[in-house]
Amino acid sequence: MEQKGERLCADVGKCLHCGACVGSCPSNSMYLNEVVLEFGEECTLCKRCTKVCPVGAIMPKGACDDG
Amino acid sequence: MGDYDIVVVGAGPAGTSTARWAAQNGARVLIIEKRQEIGSPVRCGEGISRSWLDSVDIRLDSKSVACEVKGAKLVAPNGTPFYLSEKMAGNEVGIVLDRVFFDKLLARYAIRAGADLRLKTSALGLIREGDRVVGVKARSFGETEEIRCGCVVGADGFESQVGRWAGIETSLAAKDITTCLQYRLTNIEQEHEYCQFYLGSVAPGGYVWMFPKDEETANVGLGVQLSRLNDPGEVKAYLDRFIESQPGLRKGRPLDIVSGAVSVCAPIDRTVGDGVLLVGDSARQIDPITGGGISNSCKAGKVAGETLANATREGDFSTKSLERYENGWRDLLEDHLYRNWMAKEKLVTLSDETFDKVIETLNEVGVEKMSTLAILKAVESRHPDLVKEFQELL
Ligand SMILES: Cc1cc2nc3c(=O)[nH]c(=O)nc-3n(C[C@H](O)[C@H](O)[C@H](O)COP(=O)(O)OP(=O)(O)OC[C@H]3O[C@@H](n4cnc5c(N)ncnc54)[C@H](O)[C@@H]3O)c2cc1C
Ligand code: SF4
Ligand code: SF4
Repeated sequence: MEQKGERLCADVGKCLHCGACVGSCPSNSMYLNEVVLEFGEECTLCKRCTKVCPVGAIMPKGACDDG
Repeated sequence: MGDYDIVVVGAGPAGTSTARWAAQNGARVLIIEKRQEIGSPVRCGEGISRSWLDSVDIRLDSKSVACEVKGAKLVAPNGTPFYLSEKMAGNEVGIVLDRVFFDKLLARYAIRAGADLRLKTSALGLIREGDRVVGVKARSFGETEEIRCGCVVGADGFESQVGRWAGIETSLAAKDITTCLQYRLTNIEQEHEYCQFYLGSVAPGGYVWMFPKDEETANVGLGVQLSRLNDPGEVKAYLDRFIESQPGLRKGRPLDIVSGAVSVCAPIDRTVGDGVLLVGDSARQIDPITGGGISNSCKAGKVAGETLANATREGDFSTKSLERYENGWRDLLEDHLYRNWMAKEKLVTLSDETFDKVIETLNEVGVEKMSTLAILKAVESRHPDLVKEFQELL
C-alpha cells in the first residue's frame, strides 16, 4: 500500500539540507537526516513544504532527480 | 539518571550557550550535533550588533569577525537611501560575523567549561517515563543508542522537533514564517561600510539584506513571508531578479548558497516541560522584525544554563523547577518580541508608495535609534497618517 509520505520527495540535485521545510511542516512528518530528507506517514499532503522550500526542491514522487 | 544531567540537542549558539553556562555551574552536560562540523554550512546573514556581547561574556576573536560596519542603510522601493550611523543605530548593526568560526568559539567556551560534545550524532526521538522526558534516542556514527539524563534541551534550531516530540506547541502559521535564500556574492560593488536593507515588494513581507564580508563580497539575501508564496522556487526567483536589477551586483558570482527559514511569530506559550526545555530558534525566540536570532539565542541560553545548573543541584527537572528559565527569558525578551511581532503584522501590509514616503520622512526628520519604535515615532512627528495603523504601538 502506498503511504502518503511517499508521494513527495526532495530532489537531491536541488536540496540544500536547510530544514526550512521540516520546521514548517504542520504535522511534523519530515526528518532531515543531516543531508537526506525523509517523509513520514503523518503527511497530509498540505503542500506547505513545496512552497516554503526556497529553491523548489520538493516535488511529487517520481519527479525528483534520484527521488 | 545516566552519565549526564543534561543532553543538549544542537550545537548552534543556543545549544552551546546553554551547555556553557550549565557546565560552568556544575552540571554534567553532553551536546549532540548531527552535522560533522560546528558552524558549517552557514545558514545565516551573519549580521549582529555588538551591544549585547558583554552581557553573555562573549569576547570575539579576530577570526569570528569578517567585517565591521559604520551603520545601516535603508533603501526605499524607489531607490532613495536613508543612512543610520552606528551611534544612531543604537549599536544595532555593528559586526558581520564569520559563523564558521563564531559558532566554534561558542563551542570552545562550552567545552572549556566542562561540556562533552559529539558530532555526527542525531536525536531521533525522546525517551519518556509517563509524561516525563528522561532521555533521548540518538544515532551516533551509525549506531543507535539511548542516552538517559535529567533534562533534554531542544536547541535544534528552526526544525524544532524536540519540542514537538515533547508535545510543546512550536508549529507556526504561514504568515509567521519567512523563507530565505542568500548568496555570498563576490566581485560586487557596494558601500562596504554599511549593512543595507531594501524594503518593499522586492521581498514581500520581508526584505533584502546586503551585509558586507569584505570590500568586494557580501551576504546578499532575502526573506519572503510564506503566506505570500504560491509556486515552488519563488524565493530563488525573487533573489535572482533583485541581483539582476542592481548594476553593482550583476557581475557578482556566489561563493556560497544559503537557504533557510526563520520564525516571525509572537512568543510561544510554553518552552519547558517535565525534563525538557527549548532555547533559541527552536523556542521561536527570533526577532519578528529583523529575523535576527543570534543574540537572543545566546541570552536565553545563559538563562537556560543557569536554571539547569540549579535544577541539577536540586535534582529536580520538573516543569516547576524549569519555570525559572521560562520566566527569566521572558523578562529579558518577551516584551520586545511581542511588540515587534505586532509591528511586523502591520509592516507587511505597507505598499511600496508608503515605504517611499517613510524613507522620505526619515531623511527629513532623522531618527536617533535603529529601533522600529524610534522609526515609527520619527515618521509620526511629520506624517501621522502614514503610521496610524501603528497607533497602539506608539
Ligand atoms: C537565511 C538566514 C539568515 C539569517 N541571518 C541572521 C542575521 O544576519 N543575524 C542574526 O542574528 N540571525 C540571523 N538568522 C537567524 C540565526 O541564524 C539563528 O537565529 C541562529 O542560528 C539560532 O541559533 P540556534 O542555536 O537556535 O539554532 P541553529 O544555529 O540553527 O543550530 C541548531 C543546530 O541543531 C542541529 N540539529 C537540528 N536537529 C538536530 C537533531 N535532531 N539532532 C542533532 N542535532 C540537530 C543543527 O544541525 C544545528 O547545528 C538568519 C537565519 C537564516 C535562515
Ligand atoms: S505536504 Fe504538508 S504535511 Fe506533507 S510533508 Fe509537506 S508540509 Fe508536511
Ligand atoms: S526546504 Fe528545500 S532545500 Fe531546505 S531541506 Fe527542505 S527540501 Fe531541502
